[in-house]
Amino acid sequence: MMVDMKKVRESSRVVGPVLIAALAVGLSASTQAGAAPLKDKKQSPLVTVDKNPYPSSYTALPSVPTLITNVTILDGNGGRIDGGSVLMSGGKIKAIGKSVRAPKGARVIDGTGKWVTPGVIDVHSHLGVYPSPGTGSHSDGNEATQPTTAEVWAEHSIWPQDAGFRRAAAGGVTAMQILPGSANLIGGRGVTVKNVPGRVYQDMKFPGAPYGLKMACGENPKRVYGRGRKISPQTRMGNVAGYRQAWANAQDYQRQWDKYARDHKAGEDVMPPKRDLELETLAGVLAGEIKVHMHCYRADDMGTMLDVMKEFNYQIASFQHAVEAYKIADKLAENGVCAAMWADWWGFKMEAYDGIRENVPFVAKPKGSCAIVHSDSAVGIQRLNQEAAKALSDGNKAGLSFTKADAWTWLSRNPAKSLGILDQTGTLEKGKNADVVLWSGDPFSVYTLAEVTFVDGAIIFDRSDPAYQGVSDFELGHPGEGDAK
Amino acid sequence: MRNVKSYLAATALMGILATGAVADDIAVVGGTAFTMKGGEKIENATVLIHDGKITAVGAGIAVPDGYSIIDAKGKWVTPGLMVAGTRMGLVEVSSWAGVDDSNASKYKTPLALDVAWGINPDNTIIPITRVEGVTRVTVGFGNTKGLFGGLGAVIHLGDDTDLVVRSKAFTTVAVGDAGAREVGSRSAVWQTLYAKFDGAKAHMEKAAEKAKKKEGDKKPKADKPNPERDALVSILKGEMTLIMGADKASDLRHIMTFKAKYPAMKIAVGGAQEGWRVADALAAAKIPVIIGGMSALPGSFETLGATMHNAARLSKAGVKVAFVGDQTHNARLAPQHAGNAVAHGMSWDAAMAALTTVPASIFGMSDSYGTLVSGMDADVVVWDGDPLELMASPSAVIIQGQSQSLESRQTKLRDRYMEIPRSPAYKK
Repeated sequence: MMVDMKKVRESSRVVGPVLIAALAVGLSASTQAGAAPLKDKKQSPLVTVDKNPYPSSYTALPSVPTLITNVTILDGNGGRIDGGSVLMSGGKIKAIGKSVRAPKGARVIDGTGKWVTPGVIDVHSHLGVYPSPGTGSHSDGNEATQPTTAEVWAEHSIWPQDAGFRRAAAGGVTAMQILPGSANLIGGRGVTVKNVPGRVYQDMKFPGAPYGLKMACGENPKRVYGRGRKISPQTRMGNVAGYRQAWANAQDYQRQWDKYARDHKAGEDVMPPKRDLELETLAGVLAGEIKVHMHCYRADDMGTMLDVMKEFNYQIASFQHAVEAYKIADKLAENGVCAAMWADWWGFKMEAYDGIRENVPFVAKPKGSCAIVHSDSAVGIQRLNQEAAKALSDGNKAGLSFTKADAWTWLSRNPAKSLGILDQTGTLEKGKNADVVLWSGDPFSVYTLAEVTFVDGAIIFDRSDPAYQGVSDFELGHPGEGDAK
Repeated sequence: MRNVKSYLAATALMGILATGAVADDIAVVGGTAFTMKGGEKIENATVLIHDGKITAVGAGIAVPDGYSIIDAKGKWVTPGLMVAGTRMGLVEVSSWAGVDDSNASKYKTPLALDVAWGINPDNTIIPITRVEGVTRVTVGFGNTKGLFGGLGAVIHLGDDTDLVVRSKAFTTVAVGDAGAREVGSRSAVWQTLYAKFDGAKAHMEKAAEKAKKKEGDKKPKADKPNPERDALVSILKGEMTLIMGADKASDLRHIMTFKAKYPAMKIAVGGAQEGWRVADALAAAKIPVIIGGMSALPGSFETLGATMHNAARLSKAGVKVAFVGDQTHNARLAPQHAGNAVAHGMSWDAAMAALTTVPASIFGMSDSYGTLVSGMDADVVVWDGDPLELMASPSAVIIQGQSQSLESRQTKLRDRYMEIPRSPAYKK
């Protein structure tokens, strides 16, 4: 539905220019008919922009075929199998069902009393860009120098030695989106990573995942610039003017490149437009290649952005934090926009004042909705299952009737959908990546812990084996090195 | 001057209202009571409440006529929980939202400042916290000048006008990174503290001598008022608890040295993320700790040894542990901290004590709060499951003998948007 709407809007937008371009080509062809042959004209080769200059160098960690038997399975798609089995092999889910036979040489784990789920995917993390320890020298999450910095990429700030990655693995997190902070109207590109150790961030980069673009509504940009620097934006209306001008600039930039491509195709010797890194990212959003994840708390701020989205023909993948999303759950579902939320954070600023504990389940209620539980926290990311448990309980006590299987969609399927990686992960389905967590019991209990976390079928955390508990370079030689965390 | 007068008038009136309020006669019947008295668990318990106090607890006690009955069959009954480390009543919205009375950074001697003057009983965080089974919190400033945090209070969270249960119950002092940032290096922190307390101690001894000499005289001449020195003397005598904020093992060792010099002081540590490294020594020095149950990151160079096992290791070594929640707005999450500590090896009894009897003892109120025992203040909560579990919540909350509404600003917002209205401001 999200894709269809976008197509409709795009086609209505391009009809005019396409017709004009066709006429122009026809015109130049006819004038050229009696003139000098085309081949005498020298034409420089077409300049194209490499859209993936920092490619993933991820390779899966070693794994052995693994069968978990007699276990309670939540498949992340709303389904549940009691006393079921999951087989992982070659990095993929090979089979899932009531009874699965172990292939020769497979490791078999007796899952009696235990639960299996898809790996948790956090759509909002600042691990690596605001790493532990929190020092000024490694504080690389906000390029708070001007309100629009679409040209910066969070991946260029990631410090892979942040111990937070390994702690998140102990909480069952298999993938996350790392975003710039929210000081700016447009803060820069986010990147999706697999939660595996790497010497450079490219080793962690999720192959095939589209880029995200972090934007921010509300208080933060106007506080940082209007109050802090006395420059625009100083108000919410200043915020919106800022987004609109940025999109208008991006449209103009896109037209320049379109014209260049057109003219080149027509045989003209044309100079490409100068690359503008800021507008290149924004044009990537307009082209549907980069997904917008927008920090937005108040319902009316989100309502405004739904119209900005339509005005400039792009799609917002998700609102982040969305503390008042419950007030417009219907509009979010209608517009195909996900909301990524905490279970119960509230009150730390005015736009977080109307937080309620039922936000997540209320957003999940309408047909076609996409509720996500997120962390935005190096601490919260270690137990997102607990956030889902609180939200589930509060929603059901308010009269809703979600199951635990439903609630797991908030932790894996919906996040994967908003990040554009649902074809690869997010649910336990045959053929998908074996991103799996084995829990010591019901993951909606505070007493349950992740026992083993798998990414692409390989162990990235094992509570019973210190070799798989992960010690970052930073932690070596310090108190607590190698301790159970 | 006018302001002061009207304040005094208002507090006098509040006193009358508070004492004039009639507590209910309540019987909580049929639940499983965890009395917090040495691990005691009473099935099919009756808890009788009269005039704000618990008057009887036991199985099969007859309910006298005229008591309103709360049916707790299949439910868990515990003392109301107590959470340390909040600014509740002083702050409504933390950032950029008008006056925040927890910020006292403009006043030069915080030890002269009593938080009780700033506490607003209409603060919305109070009912939001109360409905989660938290019946008491400590209140301190969030921001002060220098090392000390001002004079903190313990308040109850009942629907009442006078919430202060104990004023000047404690002060805080930052001796870790926070203190070093304030005065420049840990050396300056300890030099400042020893100088201040030695000065106050010398004054105290001199004053005692003077009083002895003048025995028989009519009236010893009163000193010039010096609230900061009074506070230091009160700490030296152990009347006011001193919460020393530190995480690093070496800082904790300094605190033990400090305590050895001033043995009458009542000291607790706030933070203690590396507490497990000196757990035996803390136990021997009888220094309790107030900690979070969800810290496992080397967030700074003073918390390198942080681990989820901290609470369990401290508790097993014999250190008394109390839990904080997530600051003020989510102080209500303290049970989740406790639950996570249990998941990492702490006993359930110790984790529950960390939310009841331990804070009661740290803040000097063990004789009136912390257990379900006859004679104690009637802070009683009935839960629909294990209070430390994520999916459990209170079905009844009683504070100082008053049955509390389970409504809050948040539940009102919830109810308004249960079905999305066209015009939420109108009832039609």
